[in-house]
Amino acid sequence: MNNIYRVVQDQGLTYQQKVLQLAREAENSIEVLHISKEAKDYMEKRVICDLFEGKAPYRPRYILPDYERLMKIGSKFLELNPPADLWEAVNHLLIFYKHVPSITSFPVFVGVLDQLLEPFIVNEEEAYKIIKLFFIHMDRTLTDSFVHANIGPHDSRAGRLILKAERELKNAVPNLTLRYSKDTPKDFALEAVQTGLEVSKPYFANHEMFVREFGKEYGIASCYNGLPVGGGSYTLVRLNLKRLAEEAGNQETFFKQYIPHAVGLVTEIMDERIRFLVEESGFFESSFLAKEGFIHKDRFTAMFGIFGLAECVNLFLNARDRRDRYGHSEKAKELGYQIVKKIEEAVNQHRNLYCQGTGQRFLLHAQSGISADIDATAGCRIPIGDEPELLDHILYAAKFHPLFPSGISDIFTFESTAKNNPEFVLDIIRGAMEKGMRMFAFSSGDNDLMRVTGYLVKKSEMKKRKAGEPVLQDTVALGLEAVENQRLLERKVIKNDA
Amino acid sequence: MMLKGYVHKILPFSAVDGPGNRTVIFLQGCNFDCIYCHNPETIRRCSHCGECIKACPYAALGLERGKILWKQDLCRDCDGCIRACPYDSSPKVQTMDVEEIMDHIRKVGGFISGVTLSGGECTLQAAFVIEIFKRVREMGLTAFLDTNGFVPLQQMKEMALTMDMAMVDLKSYDGEEHRMLTGKGNEPVIENIRYLAEIHKLYEIRTVIVPELLDNRKNVDKISRLIATLDPNIRYKLIWFRSVGVREGAKIWKEPTEELMKELVAIAEKNGCKNVVMV
Repeated sequence: MNNIYRVVQDQGLTYQQKVLQLAREAENSIEVLHISKEAKDYMEKRVICDLFEGKAPYRPRYILPDYERLMKIGSKFLELNPPADLWEAVNHLLIFYKHVPSITSFPVFVGVLDQLLEPFIVNEEEAYKIIKLFFIHMDRTLTDSFVHANIGPHDSRAGRLILKAERELKNAVPNLTLRYSKDTPKDFALEAVQTGLEVSKPYFANHEMFVREFGKEYGIASCYNGLPVGGGSYTLVRLNLKRLAEEAGNQETFFKQYIPHAVGLVTEIMDERIRFLVEESGFFESSFLAKEGFIHKDRFTAMFGIFGLAECVNLFLNARDRRDRYGHSEKAKELGYQIVKKIEEAVNQHRNLYCQGTGQRFLLHAQSGISADIDATAGCRIPIGDEPELLDHILYAAKFHPLFPSGISDIFTFESTAKNNPEFVLDIIRGAMEKGMRMFAFSSGDNDLMRVTGYLVKKSEMKKRKAGEPVLQDTVALGLEAVENQRLLERKVIKNDA
Repeated sequence: MMLKGYVHKILPFSAVDGPGNRTVIFLQGCNFDCIYCHNPETIRRCSHCGECIKACPYAALGLERGKILWKQDLCRDCDGCIRACPYDSSPKVQTMDVEEIMDHIRKVGGFISGVTLSGGECTLQAAFVIEIFKRVREMGLTAFLDTNGFVPLQQMKEMALTMDMAMVDLKSYDGEEHRMLTGKGNEPVIENIRYLAEIHKLYEIRTVIVPELLDNRKNVDKISRLIATLDPNIRYKLIWFRSVGVREGAKIWKEPTEELMKELVAIAEKNGCKNVVMV
């Protein structure tokens, strides 16, 4: 009850944030999941972390509705006919977004917006005004930076208007990804680079790679999570490799006993969460999204997250000198790779009948960390302060990207003068993708918008929050905590001549 | 015999040496001696005097049969040797053949738009440069030349034909001022600029702005007029003088103010230049 009282009185939260927080408190007041003592122990020791998903899953963590369907046939439940023009299209979407559940209660995927809107674009001047209003509306009402829009891979008027609006508005919401392919026209990609250097988005996603894994109907949701459209992910539970390494003590038992054991416990938790959600919560029976075919149970999967690989590897190698550490040494890279391969093998052996979207298998995810992480680096990233030179950094990171279909990313910060030469950045992105990089996040050091782990927060908003003022977006508080815990402002800046 | 060149440094990625991301190969040796030179260690070849050996805190330098030996694996790039060199050179200059250069380029091939040969003054090693350009273009990459424009390219047709484009410094429009600044006149430079523009291979002209040392307004005015008559789309890059990296004697010169730089950009634009940048 203490928590509830505290939430009610908290002057740093908006009304909406309080309601969501109170809902979480209510959910966590019941015990309906059957989790073994062993798994609970590992959670208490913070070897396994369920990311505070809640004790009674009543909606999938991530939902990627089929918005094309809304455009084509509208929605009976929402009493919407197919939109006839751009005004109606964005109005439909804005209505729909408020009915897409997720772990944050905000839609983590708002669609491949250029494809959705392009057919309605007649007059570009009017379209720009509408798109701007649409984006402002999203930013002020979907107050959570995990709301993620996609564009690309093809050039379109809508895509260019969206990029232009992003540059002008400089909003944290939505997060944005350009699905980038070899066929993406260069001048469109350059416009996206220019946008990224100003507002720290879009991400560039390796379209060919995602299509190989999911087919063309995929989307990038939340931080940088690749998932099937018309489905999503029931849950995400993550394994702290640093803590698991500490438990194991030595490399041999780590590989032989601890990895299989820990993977077993994570999958147990995931299985149980999925069982409750699918079999007991009634979500798929009652949601209009499922009834009207915007989502399909058989397009869902679940995400097995890992993080702290760098610290895990450094621990086993007893690596003190920079050149021996993860991010520099070939030996560390190879060991890291073997660890992830071993986890992949164990995860792939497991089957969950409800994960039809991915052949009953869970997908690996290099989890980007949460604000409370202090001593374990996100996913497979190289710790801040240990980043090597750009080319080496890319080649090191690219080794791990193919292993994580449901998302992995590395963040690169360029000097602001790179804005004079966006082709420079595009060349690097193109090269990185050829080497197998899946998600390329970049920004310029002096942007107000900064990429915290996977999401964006304004530095100016974090300042306000630090002074105790309420702020519109709930992710500002998370960002502030992460910045303070994880030295995020000290990321290496790539020199223009390095 | 295998062609060899004196290589000061290879930079795998650069955003400031032509379009896109470029590998830059800096060759050693220059025929100018500019007062404000930002990398004076590229001007001369090593005399093997050994002064730098004492300056190295990592024992990465030694003498072997009267020649400086640079132990790359011990070097931490602190540049103590370069600061100690009394001769505007560097003990880290390497003699490399074309194949060695190409090894570097192949390693980064997927990440770059092309290669820029810079210096020092790379036209002093023309045969080496031409060979690299040919090989670079065979890879489907672009070949750019960064030059002070003193060596007449019209008499070096093969170089002009092999490269994609050139970036030329025009440090002063006034012959006397140019001589004061660089030690040489500017007639061949302007001649080269006209020639390169004519064959559509002039990518950029650059002028470093140094208050008090140079008549910056006059230079920018005249140079931008020249560009506008040749082709107003040729990029004109105005470079802020920075005291970082220059010789002791040049540290007395002030860096330009932002107001001055903006004023100069405005002059160039007013004169018809369509692509003026300041860096």
